[in-house]
Amino acid sequence: MIVAEHLRGELRELTRELVTAAQQLSGPVTVAVIARDPTVFDVSFQGVDEIVNVPLGQEEFENDVYQTALEALIADRQPHAVLLGFTVNSMGYGPAVAAKLALGFASDVHGLALEGETVVATRSFYGGKVDAELEFPAERPVLLLVRPTAFAPAADGGNAPATEFAVELPPARARHLEFEEAAMGDVDITTADFLLSVGRGIGDKEAIPRFEQLADKLGAVLSVSRPLVDAGWMPNARQVGQSGKTVKPKVYLALGISGAVQHLAGMKTSDTIIAVNTDPEAAIFNVAHFGAVADLFDVAAELEKLS
Amino acid sequence: MKIVVCVKQVAVLGDEVEFTADARDVDPDFLDFALNEWDSYATEEALHIREDLGAEGDEVVVVSVGGAHVEDAMRRCLAMGADRAIRVDHSRPADPITVARLVAPVVQRESPDLVFCGVQSSDGVQAATGTALAELLDLPRVAVVTRIEWDPSAGRATVRRELEGGLLDVTEVDTPALLTIQTGINQPRYANLRAIKQAEQKQIAVVSPAEQGEPAYRVRRMFAPPKGEGAQILAGGPADIARRIREIVEERLK
Ligand SMILES: Cc1cc2nc3c(=O)[nH]c(=O)nc-3n(C[C@H](O)[C@H](O)[C@H](O)COP(=O)(O)OP(=O)(O)OC[C@H]3O[C@@H](n4cnc5c(N)ncnc54)[C@H](O)[C@@H]3O)c2cc1C
Repeated sequence: MIVAEHLRGELRELTRELVTAAQQLSGPVTVAVIARDPTVFDVSFQGVDEIVNVPLGQEEFENDVYQTALEALIADRQPHAVLLGFTVNSMGYGPAVAAKLALGFASDVHGLALEGETVVATRSFYGGKVDAELEFPAERPVLLLVRPTAFAPAADGGNAPATEFAVELPPARARHLEFEEAAMGDVDITTADFLLSVGRGIGDKEAIPRFEQLADKLGAVLSVSRPLVDAGWMPNARQVGQSGKTVKPKVYLALGISGAVQHLAGMKTSDTIIAVNTDPEAAIFNVAHFGAVADLFDVAAELEKLS
Repeated sequence: MKIVVCVKQVAVLGDEVEFTADARDVDPDFLDFALNEWDSYATEEALHIREDLGAEGDEVVVVSVGGAHVEDAMRRCLAMGADRAIRVDHSRPADPITVARLVAPVVQRESPDLVFCGVQSSDGVQAATGTALAELLDLPRVAVVTRIEWDPSAGRATVRRELEGGLLDVTEVDTPALLTIQTGINQPRYANLRAIKQAEQKQIAVVSPAEQGEPAYRVRRMFAPPKGEGAQILAGGPADIARRIREIVEERLK
C-alpha cells in the first residue's frame, strides 16, 4: 500500500515513483488518497491494482489526521508493506505509525527487493558514504519512507477500481493555519545555464565575495548549499536542494559540497555535474560526471588566472 | 518550565572506509565523532526559550543514548548552557524506533513542557526518532520546525514547519509537545573555554536501558556504494584541473 503525496491541490510526481517501488514487492498495489476530495487526484497509473479514497473535512496535511487514517487503512487492508515518500509530511507521521504498531521501519530507502517472502531494503549510512541492506522483523508489516527520484515514475493508463473508505478522525493536536511562501530573491537560479555552487567547504563568510567574483568571471550564477543560508551568509533564494530550489543547468560546478541526499535532490538531474572536493569518498562524486579530488581554493585560484 | 533535548553523538566517516569482519557496520577505527549538527540547533533553541521566558528553577535537560563515549557530545550541550544530562547506557547501534523506545521512559519521568529532537542525524538520515518518540509519549508533534512562538500559559505554540522548496506551513500545536528542529532556526552559540572546562566537571546521570522490543530493522550487509558510471576523475594539479573545467564548461555551454 502506498499513500499518495499531494500538496496544495497538486499530486506529487513522487506518487508515481512509489507505485514503481511497490511493484518491486509482491502483491497488489493499493494507492490510498487522503484528501478533502480524493477523487480530484488521478492516481490511476499503470501497476495500480486498487485505489482507496479517504475523504476528509480538510484539504491540508495534519499529522494526527494522516496517522489515524493510515492506521485504520492498515487495520482494514493488512498490507505487507506500506510505502510513503521520504518527505517532510511523512516524517511527521510515518515513524509514529511504525512505533505504535511495532512495524519494521526504515527511511530514505533507495532500493527494494523481495527475497522469498522477505523484504530487503537498501539505504545509505554515514552521510551517504556507505550503503546497507536491511532486513525486517519476520511476520510484521514494514513501513518504509522512499527516497524521491530513486524509482522511475509509473506511467498513465491504469484502470484500477476505486473504493471509498471512511475514517473517524480525532481533533488534530497540531493544526494547519496557513502557508507562507519562501522569500523571493534577487536572482532566479533555476533559469541559469551555468551554476557555480559552493558549500561549507569554503570555510567562512569572508570567502563569499571571492566566489561571487569568480562566478562573474566564468559567466556563472552563484548558488549555495543549505549551511551557508543557515549561517546567514547568503539569501535562501540561492539555495539548491530539497528545501531550496531544484535546478537543472547545463553545467553545475560544485565546490566543497559533500552531496547530502537533500542537496542532491535539487541538482542531480543537471546535464553536466563537475565536483571539486578534498574527500575522495564524498557522495557528490557518485552523481558527478567529472570530479577532482583537490582543494577548492587552489582550483579557484587557477580558474581566476584563466580568462 | 522544563525542556528536554534529545541529542546524538554522530559518527563522521573520513576519507577511508573499512568494514567490520561481519560486514554489518563500518570499522569504528575509521570513525570520528561529533555532536549532531541538528542537535546543536535544538539545544540552542531550548536555551534561548529558557532565557527568554524562563524563571528561577527552569531547566534544559539533555538526554542521549549510547556508551560512555557519547558523553563528549553531551558535554558540548552542557558547555552551551544545558543544566543537566542523562545518558541511557546502550552501546550497540540502534534503529530510530529502538532509540525512541530507549529514551521514552527517561523523558516521561522528566515530564517536560517541550521536547526537542534534531530533524535527523547526519550519519543516520532517518528523520524518524523524534516523531516516533512523540508517539510513545503520546505528545502532539511537529516535524522540521524553523520557528517557534510559544505561549506557555495558553498551552499552545505557533510554529513554522518547513516543507519542500522552502514553503512554510504555519501550524498551531498544543503543548506539551515534541518538535523536531531544523538547522537555521537560530545561530548556535559557541561555548567559551571556561564553560567547556566546567562542563567537564559536571556529573552525567546514567540510566540502564528499558526493554526495547524487537528492532525495526537489522543490517544484513554494509558496503561501499556502487560507483555507477562514476565521475571521470580530472587528473593533475590545480592548474590542470582548472583548465579541464574550463574546457568542459565551454564545450557544454555551446
Ligand atoms: C529536511 C531537510 C532539508 C534540507 N534541505 C537542504 C537543501 O535544500 N539544500 C542543501 O544543500 N542541504 C539541505 N539539507 C541539509 C543537508 O542534509 C546537508 O547538511 C547539507 O547539504 C550539507 O552541505 P555541504 O555539503 O555544503 O556541507 P558538508 O556536508 O559539511 O560538506 C562540506 C564538504 O566540503 C569539503 N571540503 C572542505 N574543505 C574543502 C576544501 N578546502 N576544498 C574542497 N573541498 C572541501 C568536505 O570534504 C565536505 O565534503 C536539508 C536537510 C534536511 C533535514
